[in-house]
Amino acid sequence: MLTLENVSVNYDAIEALTDISLTVSQGEVVTLIGANGAGKTTTLRTITGLLEPRNGRITYEGKEISGMATHRLVPMGIAMSPEGRGVFANLSVRENLDMGAYIRKDKKGISDDMERAFTLFPRLKEREKQKAGTLSGGEQQMLAMGRAMMSRPRLLLLDEPSLGLAPLLVHTIFEAIDNIRSEGTTILLVEQNANAALHHSDRAYVLETGRIVMEGDSKQLAADPRVKEAYLGE
Amino acid sequence: MDTFVQQLINGLTIGSIYALIALGYTMVYGILRLINFAHGDIYMVGAYAGYLLAIYLGFDANPSIFGFIVVLLGAMLVAALIGMAIERFAYRPVRKFSRMTTLITAIGMSLFIEYLFVFIFSGTPRSFPQLLQNDNYTIFGNATISTSQILIFAVSILLMVALQYIIFRTKIGKAMRAVSFNLNSAKLMGVNTDFVIAFTFALGSALAAAGGVLTAQYNPKIEPLMGIITGLKAFVAAVLGGIGNIPGAVLGGLLIGAAETLVVGYGSYIGIPSTYRDAVAFAILILVLLIRPAGLLGTNVQEKV
Ligand SMILES: Nc1ncnc2c1ncn2[C@@H]1O[C@H](COP(=O)(O)OP(=O)(O)OP(=O)(O)O)[C@@H](O)[C@H]1O
Ligand SMILES: [Mg+2]
Repeated sequence: MLTLENVSVNYDAIEALTDISLTVSQGEVVTLIGANGAGKTTTLRTITGLLEPRNGRITYEGKEISGMATHRLVPMGIAMSPEGRGVFANLSVRENLDMGAYIRKDKKGISDDMERAFTLFPRLKEREKQKAGTLSGGEQQMLAMGRAMMSRPRLLLLDEPSLGLAPLLVHTIFEAIDNIRSEGTTILLVEQNANAALHHSDRAYVLETGRIVMEGDSKQLAADPRVKEAYLGE
Repeated sequence: MDTFVQQLINGLTIGSIYALIALGYTMVYGILRLINFAHGDIYMVGAYAGYLLAIYLGFDANPSIFGFIVVLLGAMLVAALIGMAIERFAYRPVRKFSRMTTLITAIGMSLFIEYLFVFIFSGTPRSFPQLLQNDNYTIFGNATISTSQILIFAVSILLMVALQYIIFRTKIGKAMRAVSFNLNSAKLMGVNTDFVIAFTFALGSALAAAGGVLTAQYNPKIEPLMGIITGLKAFVAAVLGGIGNIPGAVLGGLLIGAAETLVVGYGSYIGIPSTYRDAVAFAILILVLLIRPAGLLGTNVQEKV
């Protein structure tokens, strides 16, 4: 469904990604783990067109999308919950979800999906009219994910959805990820919480200073001594 | 008392114009963090567009409300197109560079428009035709209000209500608010942010042009450099209200207009000669920057557009 072939990305003179290749197939949950500054966010921003690759090709559903404008990817079925959540603090929770459905015109479908988002995250329903800026970090994360789902994406990119959340909320977020995948959405999940990410995914890539150093089945990677030592704190 | 009321009416008249122009500064700032120095010149372009429309369509010969509306809307349309062209060809190419680059581009654009108009129309002032018969109505003791003043109030209020509607009740308005808060998040929602930015320039420019045509009904002398000082005062109004804040721009405009005429009317009692009129806005600017840099209604840089 999504393929990156030898993608390199620079921030001016600094090379942030070197020759990254990865694939995500229809229906999978793939996770990308790595330490701070490894290049996880850079990878997602490049896929969504917020950054342009210096080299390499990105294809999605058979079409080359390298360097395509971000807003054109959304109608093709790609959505992202960005690092730092990026909610519109000056808009209400409902308006944020409306923005998620910006490209859609089917009023009925939108209101159904809004209900679905509220079922996924009942907390959002209670805060429907509240400005997103007044939500807690965990609630903002739920909103960012709910909002991303409002475009009915086929591929959902999640950038550290569990960052900075209390264990109970981390649990809620991963449960939501399981739910979203069971409804048929393909997910590329970036996480520092390697433990949870490996448990809720099919395959994984390990990124170190801009290079993919390991890849494979999530269960196998979780059992790999090097992964255990470096990422699972064992 | 009568003179006070009269000064206030005159002040709010000018203030409404400042408010219309200030809205454009504040919207563009809210979305791009750019101080569009050429915005005052769009007010002048609007006045000239209205002037040409009035002359070529023959509305100068027989004043009518129809003629006024056609000239007003025509000037707004022309200015909107020019505003979008400026954004597209001057600002968009430099958007990814530093703020200093865009600021210098804006200053260059302003000078370019001013001297292009001097070149085309010469620096000699022209007289904008009266599009409506101008009467005076006594409303309070000896205080009077003229048709053109009523027109300025009515049209400004109408436009501000329309703007409020667009920003808070339409899809593009919601997109504007989203873009002003987080450009990349808006892109991720599928918003064509270039379009939203162009639309914002169009709206702001149309409002400034309305200000130009309305001013010309009140004070018919128009010239290519008329946008400089008015534009600066409107910019001060936007800063006073809290740059990026829409109600703030309106409030700031009205306050600057009122302060200015009150200084002209009463300043001499406290030792400020009326010739200091143009200095009032800048004195206010310095005070705001010292006392409340976020402006009256501004909340640091949180709420924009
Ligand atoms: N805007 C930028 N300008 C310059 N360098 C940047 C920029 N953004 C990121 N970098 C650099 O690129 C590298 C990769 O950053 P990236 O944000 O992709 O890491 P990450 O894996 O997402 O880290 P984290 O887990 O902390 O979010 C880092 O060395 C970072 O310092
Ligand atoms: Mg990151």
